[in-house]
Amino acid sequence: MGQVAFLNVSKRFGTFTAVADLTLEVEDQEFLVLLGPSGCGKTTALRMVAGLEEPTNGTIRIGNRVVNDVEAKDRDVAMVFQSYALYPHMTVGRNIEFPLRSRNVPKHERPAIVAEAVRTLDLDGLLDRRPAQLSGGQRQRVALARAIVRRPQVFLMDEPLSNLDAKLRVQTRAELIELHRRLATTFVYVTHDQVEAMTMGDRIAIMNHGVLQQVGPPQEVYEKPANLFVARFIGNPPMNTITGTTVREPEGVAVEVPGGRIPLPAALARALNTDGARPVVLGVRPEHLAIGDGPISATVAVVESLGHERHVVCRLDDGQLVIARQQSSVTSPTDGATVRLSFNRDHLHVFDATTEARIEA
Amino acid sequence: MSQAIDRLAPGVDAASRPVRRLSSRVREAGLGYLLILPSLLAFVTFEFYPFVRNFYLALYRTPPFPGLPKRWAGLGQVGDILSSGDFRNSLKVTVLFAVLTVPTGVILGLALAVLAHQQLKGIGIYRTIFSSTVATSVAVASVIFVTLFNPQVGLLSYLVGQQDFLQDPTWALPAVSIAFIWQHLGITFILISAGLGAVPDELLEAAHVDGAGAWSRFRNVTLPLLSPTIFFATVVGSITAFQAFGQIDLLTNGGPGDKTNVLVYAAYTEVFQRNNIGRAAVLAIALFVITLVLTIVQLTVLERRVFYGR
Repeated sequence: MGQVAFLNVSKRFGTFTAVADLTLEVEDQEFLVLLGPSGCGKTTALRMVAGLEEPTNGTIRIGNRVVNDVEAKDRDVAMVFQSYALYPHMTVGRNIEFPLRSRNVPKHERPAIVAEAVRTLDLDGLLDRRPAQLSGGQRQRVALARAIVRRPQVFLMDEPLSNLDAKLRVQTRAELIELHRRLATTFVYVTHDQVEAMTMGDRIAIMNHGVLQQVGPPQEVYEKPANLFVARFIGNPPMNTITGTTVREPEGVAVEVPGGRIPLPAALARALNTDGARPVVLGVRPEHLAIGDGPISATVAVVESLGHERHVVCRLDDGQLVIARQQSSVTSPTDGATVRLSFNRDHLHVFDATTEARIEA
Repeated sequence: MSQAIDRLAPGVDAASRPVRRLSSRVREAGLGYLLILPSLLAFVTFEFYPFVRNFYLALYRTPPFPGLPKRWAGLGQVGDILSSGDFRNSLKVTVLFAVLTVPTGVILGLALAVLAHQQLKGIGIYRTIFSSTVATSVAVASVIFVTLFNPQVGLLSYLVGQQDFLQDPTWALPAVSIAFIWQHLGITFILISAGLGAVPDELLEAAHVDGAGAWSRFRNVTLPLLSPTIFFATVVGSITAFQAFGQIDLLTNGGPGDKTNVLVYAAYTEVFQRNNIGRAAVLAIALFVITLVLTIVQLTVLERRVFYGR
């Protein structure tokens, strides 16, 4: 069984805390993505599962076994490194065979296992080449073949697509999802690319400064970010966040922001539970912000056309920037024009200005 | 073509351009030669001229007394010397000395470099100690080993029953070899340590996760990636061993008998003790040819097993 569990795991390098009190369980056969910016501790967490880093505190379990004191070679995991870490002096065939040799798989059994991995990853005809003679995409597939050849309990992947060009990345993303389905094994996948996380993961675990921020299915994380960090990290363009203060109005509660007041839905107003002025951060995704009749006035700073849609970057009265997503079929506003912004009230997010935590309706 | 030139340099007379370009190239080349002139002069004076002169001297027989004219001996002298028992003995001793020192030196350097590469507290002190012999002169190293091998006060002699290694026909060459290995261990250690530092950690980590134990990681990953460094250390070590002189001069004077009389020391004795410059020249040329052939053999045979990262 390929479950992986972090139980109150911390990792410190001197005075720097790379991972702080991480508790996270990965289900058997799940595709879990560890997502976060550089230095957030995601790779350290992955390396602790691999046995390449020792946790300072806490327990790591793979299957039913606590592996804190188990050497990397005995953990029954396979890892694909960001640089692929292919042995440059070995041919592709020898690279793929290496884990079998290391684990003393009988010599006569190896060719069939290697051949299957080669077939799975479409590496026919490359077996006698050296890694330096391969393209980035081919190297990536060799690294994957080397990982799958052993049929480990858990696959660990450390940003395996980051060295590929954009087109190949999209293609390989789909191949990895397919591979996960075919192998029916647990995948723990580290990336800083939220598109990869959203498209590939059964669940996403978002980390920042070594602290786990939120775990959940991609859609849930997108629709209900647990805090401001997650809200700003997930989504492209990211969620607009506007600082403001709550004000009571005859119809309910509104948030006063530069350029006007945005009335909140009744459920959110109740959740805020305030009569007075409370500093909050209002969040709205670009697709839920429209240009037309609305309570807020803003100036168009830049219009970015992406072909199928456009991003209209608007400046509020106090200089804060917000982005509205528009279909290309709609008439584009001109740079410098004064516009009114309207908000889809059903998709407003409110965060506490101090704790940055989500205020749930 | 001329249209392209016109676009790049409008208004300049097209006919004069190639001449100008040529003269600027000549000027640049002249400056280059001027800059290498000091090195060239030193090289010609101290390396190239003596090297060529050696071939001339090898064809003359020098009388043992100063002031008498040297006599033309031709290639006959070369044949006589190369077929002599003295030469064969010196060649045998030189080869034996290289066999005793080069592999052992490289293996010890590798072992120390691997040990010093561990992430342990205070390992820097050991690195300094291991590389310190590089800063020790031949004279100092020889004094240390004369003392260690001294039958009365030497620790090494004491450990094996007060034997006089340096005067023992069987043990003199191994004893000098130990001193030589010790002296050159520092540079081998530094070379291999640098090579080890260039082995990417990620490859060793990948091998670890792939199930390889410490020995397998060393044999299958570290050693192949270290092969260019080991090869370099072996080639340079072999050349150095064939040119060994200081330790032999200071520890044994080529003795007892001719048991440590390597080619360089034999050539030295011919010049400075017997005033036989012609004979010394033949020995020097023979040493040059042997070292050259050995290096070519190493480059063609051993280098096939070296991985240069392509």
